[in-house]
Amino acid sequence: MEIEETSGEASAYTSVAGKPYRDRGTLARQQERLGWILVIPSLIVVGVVALYPLFETFRLSFTNTRLASAREPRYVGFENYRDTFADDLFWSSMKNTVIFTVSTVALETLLGIIIALVIHSNFRGRGIVRTSMLVPWAIPTVVSAVLWQWMYHDRYGVINSVLKQLNLMDEGTFFSWSTDPGTALGAVIAVDVWKTTPFMALLLLAGLQVIPTDVYEAAYVDGANKVQQFFNMTLPLLKPALLVALIFRTLDAFRVFDMIYVLNGYRPETMSIAIYTQQLLIGSQRIGEGSAPAVIIFICVGILAVTYTRLIRVEET
Amino acid sequence: MATTSMQPDTIRTSTEELDRIRGTYRKKSKFTVGMVVQKVLFWLLIVFILLYTLFPFYWAVVSSITPTNDLYIYPVHYFPTTVTWDHYQAVFENGGFMKALLNSTIVSFGTVILALLFGTLGAYAMGRLKFRGRTPILYLILSMTMFPAIAIVGSLFQFMQRWDLFNTLQGLIIVYLTFSLPFTVWVLTNFFRAMPPELEQAALVDGASPMRALWDVLLPMAIPGLVTTGLLAFIGAWSEFLFALTFTLNDDAQTVQVAIANFTGNTAFELPFAKKMAAAVVVTMPLLVGVLIVQRRIISGLTAGAVKG
Repeated sequence: MEIEETSGEASAYTSVAGKPYRDRGTLARQQERLGWILVIPSLIVVGVVALYPLFETFRLSFTNTRLASAREPRYVGFENYRDTFADDLFWSSMKNTVIFTVSTVALETLLGIIIALVIHSNFRGRGIVRTSMLVPWAIPTVVSAVLWQWMYHDRYGVINSVLKQLNLMDEGTFFSWSTDPGTALGAVIAVDVWKTTPFMALLLLAGLQVIPTDVYEAAYVDGANKVQQFFNMTLPLLKPALLVALIFRTLDAFRVFDMIYVLNGYRPETMSIAIYTQQLLIGSQRIGEGSAPAVIIFICVGILAVTYTRLIRVEET
Repeated sequence: MATTSMQPDTIRTSTEELDRIRGTYRKKSKFTVGMVVQKVLFWLLIVFILLYTLFPFYWAVVSSITPTNDLYIYPVHYFPTTVTWDHYQAVFENGGFMKALLNSTIVSFGTVILALLFGTLGAYAMGRLKFRGRTPILYLILSMTMFPAIAIVGSLFQFMQRWDLFNTLQGLIIVYLTFSLPFTVWVLTNFFRAMPPELEQAALVDGASPMRALWDVLLPMAIPGLVTTGLLAFIGAWSEFLFALTFTLNDDAQTVQVAIANFTGNTAFELPFAKKMAAAVVVTMPLLVGVLIVQRRIISGLTAGAVKG
């Protein structure tokens, strides 16, 4: 996470040997100008499609703008925020999002560590297992949701079929995992865990592989058992990789949209905060009112990102 | 970072200690019941992991080649008995879906080409050149990679309407750059930084301009990195859903993800799952093939990019 101000490695141009001083100055100036020329296209794009719209979202959140409305929008102060905080659907979506985020990140981390430890050991066919881990990750989120929707199907879904054959479910009964209010959120969480755990495992595996083996040999000689080894050595040494993985997963989970939308649309039992916002913005065409939760999401994600980056910084020093 | 208490210098090498170690080693080489049980459990775990990661896609493939009569039954057939290509034929004869496939292809390639073009230039500047403002720009780009897209959906909607970009392919390409360009710049900057500085020094001493050095020396060496980054950006654009759903209206610009999400049967009574699975397999195959071809690089590239930050 650290962006270090590099003085040596990236300065091929300032350290060209045998050049007189005057020339070096020219090169530095040339670099200064060229550097800016090269980043300007990217900066323009980011400015036009990200920074300006973000600024606009902030501004719109204080207006009563509607799409396709002849009425002249006016500033309404904090009214949209007051409305948002007074809306039960906002709070239930927030609750769903927090439940989704905490459970997926916790399950993915736990399963990810287990799978990473298993793959880390040497066995024949390890390459195949590692390759298979890329499959759920490469499948688009919408497709994953569609695959599981079919597996969850109340009548012909494979999950109910297995449960019935194992006598865990009465034959002749139908149960729709993804739409029943009691299991809908759990069903969505299960899809995300399936899709993302392998990726988590691969990230953690990379973290495991940089731990030097002599540390384990020393522990072995000292008589530490496997469990002690894991908690006293593996886990602390894995911490940097774990924290980075956690940041990205948490930020990703918090803005979940596709998976829940495809499985359950705008249904309130599983509605996430991103779906709530999108419905208000586009579905109801209330750009002004919808911009308030949009800003709230942005602030939440920002706080999460900064907190995590701080954590990592502290860990590294 | 917190370090462990296990330091090599704490090793005691008394004779009892050495005997104990030897004893443990000897025990390990023997074949015990405990070891067999451990082995079996380990392989069961491997089988379970494989089943867990691969079954849903396997099931999609099986469902997509199973005749409708064999599909909507209980208990299900876990292995295909008779194979049919009807569902694929239906998918390929579906004009709307084929148009969506074409739209997705254009949008994804367009996004990747622009992201790689701007991204390479920007990453070269930030990875290899020294100029004032470089660090803040890099921080800005990094923060853009964590940016929640939903925060700008409303204002982008207005922006697209104002500039006649709503429901167009070029409109989608432009908004897709919000996530693919920062990603590309970030990964390529790390990639360029990792290359030794001597590389272009020789060219510079010989009087080449920095742009020449980039073009003649760095780019040829960066091709593997560019391919991997491009593939990852392609996956991102191909799989994107929120923008595609919000900024398109019909066949003109709808992408495959939206098409699949809206896939229905020919009539209200027809269950669409067989065709849906066929469409899902069609949409996923290009990504899987690409990922499997460059899998080694993806694992190392992703982990390098992600672990470094």
